[in-house]
Amino acid sequence: MRGQEAREQAGRKALMATLAHAEADEIARLWSESGLPSEAELLRGPETGLVTVRGRIGGGGAPFNVGEATVTRATVRLPSGQVGHSYALGRDKDKARLAAIADALWQDPAQREAVETKLAAPLRAALDAARETRRVETAATKVDFFTMVRGED
Amino acid sequence: MYVAVKGGEAAIANAHRLLADRRRGDRSVPALRLDQIVEQLALGVDRVMSEGSLYDRELAALAVVQARGDMIEAIFLVRAYRTTLPRFGYTNPVDTGAMQVERRISATYKDLPGGQVLGPTFDYTHRLLDPELAAGAEVETPAQRPVEPEAMPRVSAILAHEGLIEADGEMPLDHVPGDITREPLQFPMARDIRLQALSRGDEGFLLALGYSTQRGYARNHPFVGEIRIGEVELELDVPELPFAVPLGSIRITECQMVNQFKGSAKAPPQFTRGYGLVFGQSERKAMAMALCDRALRAGELGEDIVAAAQDEEFVISHSDNVQATGFVEHLKLPHYVDFQAELGLVRRMRAEYEARENEDKAEEKREAAE
Repeated sequence: MRGQEAREQAGRKALMATLAHAEADEIARLWSESGLPSEAELLRGPETGLVTVRGRIGGGGAPFNVGEATVTRATVRLPSGQVGHSYALGRDKDKARLAAIADALWQDPAQREAVETKLAAPLRAALDAARETRRVETAATKVDFFTMVRGED
Repeated sequence: MYVAVKGGEAAIANAHRLLADRRRGDRSVPALRLDQIVEQLALGVDRVMSEGSLYDRELAALAVVQARGDMIEAIFLVRAYRTTLPRFGYTNPVDTGAMQVERRISATYKDLPGGQVLGPTFDYTHRLLDPELAAGAEVETPAQRPVEPEAMPRVSAILAHEGLIEADGEMPLDHVPGDITREPLQFPMARDIRLQALSRGDEGFLLALGYSTQRGYARNHPFVGEIRIGEVELELDVPELPFAVPLGSIRITECQMVNQFKGSAKAPPQFTRGYGLVFGQSERKAMAMALCDRALRAGELGEDIVAAAQDEEFVISHSDNVQATGFVEHLKLPHYVDFQAELGLVRRMRAEYEARENEDKAEEKREAAE
């Protein structure tokens, strides 16, 4: 794969990850503020189904099936022709539709910048902040061992 | 002759209406919202997700409230719901080493990279009921410790260097993970299928079996190598995209049990391992699962099979509480005809028995008289 193509895919995947993690309300709120177009033809879904979550024996060994999780997905086509997909845990169909439109818009060079700055960046900042809060709260429960000297010598 | 008896339709409808009323309870008490259950009964929700084998907090919360807090009923509801949905595929295996850790402890190593992180644990609490909680007291916000992020490799990866601990469980390269939701159980089964069954198995059943191994029934000297709880990312390969699509993250609990093993004809002395991986924050269940996983490896490791926890067919066939409750609870459904048939049979056997008794007594009397 050429470097340009790999970067392109990494950017698209990063946007999809952000949208999958984000709350539906938050996506909808930022969308309405962004002025991004939300017109699109639904090609598939939004539909809810299951994925089977896999783990690995011992953490790093052979894969095994742990259980299922609900996932909702959608595929849309913009009036300009780009096709966008979305997948996310949960059952939120509005979120799936908006996320698919975001993916489609991101593929349009004229819209990518707006999707990144008006939607992805604020979502990412909120998610990172929440993650950081959880991390430092967890870090406060780390044990600091110390040794007690007992006896005379 | 087979005679069908009908009736009870109105009684059933009214019983369900009564159930709905009693479930709601006193109308002057506010109804529970699902988000309250998700937030404040989180570990109950996690149990329903793990044994219902469906990761969806809101659905699990709905199941809990609909089942009036009856966990097995809630798990049953979730299992039934699952069957209504299409399947999109199997995720790529989660990487627990890359977990956003919320708790991580090891009972075997004090100083390990990333350290001992207690997280939101019941350990070291005094188990005293808290009247302030009953009075609705406000709760302090958590302490924070702004330190640099630190990698937390799995303890098994650290231990592996000495070669005294067995590797993560491998399968032949061409092995496709079995799926008990697609194929019926068959014994003996591969470890991957066992782990799937254990992960959705009943916590109480696995706990009791795990406990039995500690008390000497299939003794296997366990240590908690590591327990970690936190969020892991899920990714799914789909045909429409050239990369694995990110789905978001789920909270899971992983337990690495490490067991002293004196060696056998099949394996040298070493530490062997049992593995537990469970949806949600479910530490007790993950530990019990790891104990059972290790006990069930007796055959593979050349140990004698002497106890219930080592008996694969016994453990796996009885670990599913939806199946168990279905078979136990079916006994209360009308068996009028079966019982009538058995009643006739017992009457006949009793009559024959009494006839024999009378004959014997008559015989004795005759002999005495002679």
